[in-house]
Amino acid sequence: MKKIHFLEWGLNSPRYWGILAVLAAIAGIGGLSALYMEHNGHWVTGMSNQVVWGMPHIFAIFLIVAASGALNVASIASVFGKTPYKPLARLSAVFAVTLLIGGLLVLVLDLGRPDRLIVAMTTYNFKSIFAWNILLYTGFMVIVIVYLFTMMERKAQQYNKAAGTFAFIWRLTLTTGTGSIFGFIVARQAFDAAIMAPMFVIMSFSFGLACFLLLLMYVYRADGRELGDSVVLRLKNLLGVFVASVFYFTLAYHLTNLYATENHSLERFILLDGGVYTNIFWIGQIFLGTLVPLGILYHPSLGKMRNWIAISCGLVVLGAFSQLYVIIIGGQAFPMQMFPGKTIIESGFYDGVNGMAASYAPTLAETLLGIGGVSVAVLMALVVIRMLPILPISLADKDVDPHAS
Amino acid sequence: MADKNNLLANKARRSFLGKAAAAASLTVAPGVVLQSIAAVKSGTEGVSDNTRWGMLIDTSKCADGCDACVTACASENGLPVHERPKSDPVWIRKVKLKDNLTDSVTTLPMMCQHCEKPPCADVCPTGASFRRADGIVMVDRHICIGCRYCMMACPYKARSFIHEEIVLKPTHTPRGKGCVESCNFCVHRLDSGNETTACQEACQKEGHNAIIFGDLKDSSSEVSQALRNLPSREIRADLQLNTGVRYKDI
Repeated sequence: MKKIHFLEWGLNSPRYWGILAVLAAIAGIGGLSALYMEHNGHWVTGMSNQVVWGMPHIFAIFLIVAASGALNVASIASVFGKTPYKPLARLSAVFAVTLLIGGLLVLVLDLGRPDRLIVAMTTYNFKSIFAWNILLYTGFMVIVIVYLFTMMERKAQQYNKAAGTFAFIWRLTLTTGTGSIFGFIVARQAFDAAIMAPMFVIMSFSFGLACFLLLLMYVYRADGRELGDSVVLRLKNLLGVFVASVFYFTLAYHLTNLYATENHSLERFILLDGGVYTNIFWIGQIFLGTLVPLGILYHPSLGKMRNWIAISCGLVVLGAFSQLYVIIIGGQAFPMQMFPGKTIIESGFYDGVNGMAASYAPTLAETLLGIGGVSVAVLMALVVIRMLPILPISLADKDVDPHAS
Repeated sequence: MADKNNLLANKARRSFLGKAAAAASLTVAPGVVLQSIAAVKSGTEGVSDNTRWGMLIDTSKCADGCDACVTACASENGLPVHERPKSDPVWIRKVKLKDNLTDSVTTLPMMCQHCEKPPCADVCPTGASFRRADGIVMVDRHICIGCRYCMMACPYKARSFIHEEIVLKPTHTPRGKGCVESCNFCVHRLDSGNETTACQEACQKEGHNAIIFGDLKDSSSEVSQALRNLPSREIRADLQLNTGVRYKDI
């Protein structure tokens, strides 16, 4: 492989500033939405005492999970020594940090008391996986920035492998922690499962790589740099493996539940008669988010076309949101089984009367807050690649493929 | 004459001193009184685990259609009603169950079960959800950040998030928008020496006596004796949380 040279993103100024302005406006609208929610209180959202986590959590968890997944490309290069991934490592680290910042912003701005962030940062209950996650998230940012430094500073390069390995272990721990937020919930049938932790890890591989590929293809096309098939096809094949792996974990989760009689009503709710959740599961997660992108990515001709690869990445992201919606909202909407063998026929607090699910309809404000977080992640990434030499000047096959002539 | 003048002056002085003393006591007294109340209520002595507050609910005595406990709780703790039932806080609620096989119907009140090992306290990132030494599970509203993870984790759906501004709050139940709360066994009453909860009192007043409250560690207390003599169970006993609230006849 030839020596790789890096250069700041060279988009012409008016277009660059225009893009930043649009992203900043979207982020600003997200901020105003958060202000509106905090000022009035959460009753203006679709969230209630029944469904306590809503759209902001879908976005936040998507971004946090994707953040650790985005780092994979760098990990494959420095931990597993695969040189073709090395030129992409810097962008991978940058995007990992900005995605995490976007996700954390959404999570914090949805708190009942965001003004008490300092309390959350200083007062810990170490039995709480949430408290551990606060440390894992902040630690991740620091570690990845150090890792990025070892990539970019010649004098620090000797520490690159050590930093990369540490970051890789940290990111696996982080996603295990995020999955365990749900895995440790003994109260709710949909969550209480050890498979949540590894499933979130594999979800992060898939969501993060889809986001990374989209960003990579966009920034290279925008400033006219060459991006060869060698890089893109390698990444899209990897994405295919990850999407299939998420599907496998989903299958294992539902099959295990289907075996135990106590979970039949939950499975019936998700797979058959849960209305919106059933539709989102089959149409969003399985068909559009899994089968169609798999079909495209492994299609002999479509799978080599950039636009189709981009479409399948977009579909993987759509599938990701669907999956998180079904897990997080569906898991809360399904009534808690407090009295096995009995049916609740009246309740003063929506206890799933006659098995009825809790209702949740996302409002505009909470959705805009989430979109604002995505916008912040992309905006920060674009600022960093503009200011620092993150992107290789060329990723053409002849420059990166050791087998190319 | 001089004597008379002296007498008048003395009288005036005495009356002045009297008024001054009265004014002084009026100024100082409330402070003294408040301080003595504060000394009693501040819990400087602390609660100990020699006590564990708990409840037995005899569902066979819980009347269908009666919600005296719910109303009493709301007025005791000043639970606001914004006419938005999905987001208004509820600390205690009535639930009516039908057995799937036998069709037998049971009604009962549900509230925080005051677990010995509360999942809400386990998951709380800041430790705002906690269990007092005397068994009461509470929220420290100074450090609750409003993440609602405790509400995800509670197997009894016992907690409420404050979704909007609360204008009127009883002084003994300080609370505010953006924090989570739940039944605290009327802790303000217990801390001032009154050993009944509002729900129990209301149930008694209605003549049902379905709620027995007291110290589970005091073998002579009514609740301990009732628990010893009557078969009772925990809700979600499979979780082994050793709840402070037990139910008879479900």
